Amino acid sequence: MKQPKIIVVGGGLAGLMATIRVAESGVPVDLFSIVPVKRSHSVCAQGGINAAKNQKGEGDTTAKHFDDTIYGGDFLANQPLVKRMCEAAPGIIDLLDRMGVMFNRTPEGLLDYRRFGGTLYHRTAFAGATTGQQLLYALDEQVRRHESEGKVKKYEGFTFLSAVLDDAGVCRGICAMDLRSMEVKTFAADAVIFCTGGVGAIFGRSTNSVVCTGSAQSALFQQGVDYANGEFIQVHPTAIPGEDKLRLMSESARGEGGRVWVPRNPLDKRPAKTIPEADRFYFLEEWYPKYGNLVPRDIATRAIHRIVFQEKLGLAGQQAVYLDVSHIPRETLDRKLEGILEIYEKFLGVDPREEPMKVFPGMHYTMGGMWVNAEDQATNVPGIYAAGECEYQYHGANRLGANSLMSCIFGGGLAGPAALKYAKNLEKGADSTDSSVFSREQKKQEAKNQELISREGSENLMVIWRELGDTMTEHVTVTRINKNLEKADAKLVELAERFGRVNLSDRTMWSNQTLNFARELGNMLLLARVIALGALARNESRGAHYKPEFPERDDANWLKTTRAKYVNGEIKLTYEQVDISQIPPRARRYDAAK
Amino acid sequence: MTEQKQVIVRIKRQASPKEAARWEEFSLSWRPSMNVIICLRDIAENPVTRGGKKTTPVSYDSNCLEEICGSCAMLINGKARMACSALVDALEQPIRIEPLSKFPLVRDLAVDRQFMFESLKRVKAWIPIDGTYDLGEGPRVSPEIQEAGYPLSNCISCGSCLEVCPQVNENSKFVGAAIISQVRLFNMHPTGAMHAKERLTALMEPGGIQDCANAQNCVKACPKGIPLTESIAEVNRAAWKQALLGWFVK
Repeated sequence: MKQPKIIVVGGGLAGLMATIRVAESGVPVDLFSIVPVKRSHSVCAQGGINAAKNQKGEGDTTAKHFDDTIYGGDFLANQPLVKRMCEAAPGIIDLLDRMGVMFNRTPEGLLDYRRFGGTLYHRTAFAGATTGQQLLYALDEQVRRHESEGKVKKYEGFTFLSAVLDDAGVCRGICAMDLRSMEVKTFAADAVIFCTGGVGAIFGRSTNSVVCTGSAQSALFQQGVDYANGEFIQVHPTAIPGEDKLRLMSESARGEGGRVWVPRNPLDKRPAKTIPEADRFYFLEEWYPKYGNLVPRDIATRAIHRIVFQEKLGLAGQQAVYLDVSHIPRETLDRKLEGILEIYEKFLGVDPREEPMKVFPGMHYTMGGMWVNAEDQATNVPGIYAAGECEYQYHGANRLGANSLMSCIFGGGLAGPAALKYAKNLEKGADSTDSSVFSREQKKQEAKNQELISREGSENLMVIWRELGDTMTEHVTVTRINKNLEKADAKLVELAERFGRVNLSDRTMWSNQTLNFARELGNMLLLARVIALGALARNESRGAHYKPEFPERDDANWLKTTRAKYVNGEIKLTYEQVDISQIPPRARRYDAAK
Repeated sequence: MTEQKQVIVRIKRQASPKEAARWEEFSLSWRPSMNVIICLRDIAENPVTRGGKKTTPVSYDSNCLEEICGSCAMLINGKARMACSALVDALEQPIRIEPLSKFPLVRDLAVDRQFMFESLKRVKAWIPIDGTYDLGEGPRVSPEIQEAGYPLSNCISCGSCLEVCPQVNENSKFVGAAIISQVRLFNMHPTGAMHAKERLTALMEPGGIQDCANAQNCVKACPKGIPLTESIAEVNRAAWKQALLGWFVK
């Protein structure tokens, strides 16, 4: 075989890292992204990235990072790969540092570290409160360097439609659409790495960016890539509600000393700043004295829901609590948190250095994703690899804050060389695949566009999307009740049926964003069912998955990975054992030290 | 019941680069905390003009909706700014929305800003690391350097600084303030400084720093508050110093 060819789909942290690893070994990469890669959703990550560097002399170790991650994930993650990630983390920080990331520094010129949820150590390196942006830019710059040397070819403004599979079910490339000309084209590759991010749009409003629809994952699922632990959805405790999106207020606000509270008397009309300490209810600190405001996200989110919906202590009867940093010196806030405080100030017109912020939990992250093996990010379809938020491997039932940036870079760094090794070992590469394999996939996708654009129904895409988001947010986020999940699934079936009768308000073939969104929405409706059905089946409470009817974790019956398959047009849930070879499961509690 | 408050929006539409531009006006239901993105989404849901004419949803670029991805820059009431942070209540109505004018138009409000990414290549805006394998820690960086560099590295490539610059026009290749500021950032980093000369040389070529005419519009338009004029002054000094030294050595 001649030189192998690798495609990477998605230009966030995972995709860029995979690209760099392949390109630096001298093999060309085609990089596909809906948006210019510098505008990927990774830029929204705020607080930091975890690595047990023990820079503060607290006795932190990679073993402790590993234990915190497994415990925080309620023992659902397969352990060996998580262990490898935690061990690799300090080296990854060094690499990012060498790439020139403007991390905050100590007076000695070393990296500064702060605290984050679910740990008692200062383990989180950070660049202000825009760490994701800074890391993405560093990788973007490295990819641009490889691009200028001809090793990377970018296809920005292209959306992935489907994998090209040969008769033996082996991936030989992708089918993608140029979002300007709306042309559908196929691209050959010996291996494809998917780094297509989160699924926020399935929940209507979330902290995710517009492109985070899960459409690529759903398309691949329908082509035979299994989807694991879909029911594990992280709801971040502190977001600013908005009609277009829920804007994240990073956990780092609490890592730097921010406190969550409500007035003890819900009728208290005094301005927040004038309410004396004794009349404030710091409920996280009272309920979880050891971790306080830095309990993991699932715990903090449920506590806020309890305060608002059961204790009826929401601010002025509304769905909001205070996140307060106004007691922290202004100089510290500006040096360490400016990015997020600016967001609050710009979008709400209130200075959080002076007034406590009003926040409420919002859909944030999917722990579940495409099934990948325990060694090297390979999915169950030969030639297809996955890394980053779109796969399921690292976070179990709940992700710890500042672990996602690490899992993206580690996973992407693993997937690149793995895909390359696979491609080099192929007896017959994509170059010897019959051209009919490509042309039939192209025709299929063109026909799909044509069918969509000529539908003559009365349904509106935006209305179906809103109903999808409302259904998922109400029934498939923080509290899950079986009869409601059944209702939600019935609703999803109804929406899919109505989707068959949509009428596209734009039928032109130049930069038609409506057609693209229609394709995404069709895929979202199916992936939503994978999430809802997984939640319905899992009769226990574990990490972010909470069922009042089954309030305890049930290791005897449910210490297993959900592995959804798509068989003859039906979603089929199967289960497999979790690898707990390193740390035996134990009860998870945050009111005392572990 | 009082009548529902309305928001009047006028949008410059253009179906493709080859077709003529036209204006369309929309009347939308006002809600609290409405921004320009919400207006565009309302139109997508019901693409009917104020005059009752059916039209298509508006094409535009957007992604993060929290002013950090740089996608949704457009002209709003004549000012280059991000649509996501443009709150309706703070805007004079009718709100006029147009695409950025200094970049090739794609459709409606969507433009092609590839020029900025190509310019980043031109000035080698990266730290040339030896490889991603384990080579130990990076160089020590003083808090002073970090505090000066971090704001520069906040550039979201939105293009606002190019849009407002009188030197950026059809006849010029001027790279613009954002790129010059990136040169300052990389030349400030201990490893980046080893290759400062290459970047300065690139900026001495046509379209480089000498094309700046000191209008200082860029710094006022930057949504991230980057000290662009300070960057231009500093890079200018360094570039001239390098050029003069080169001269004397000859």
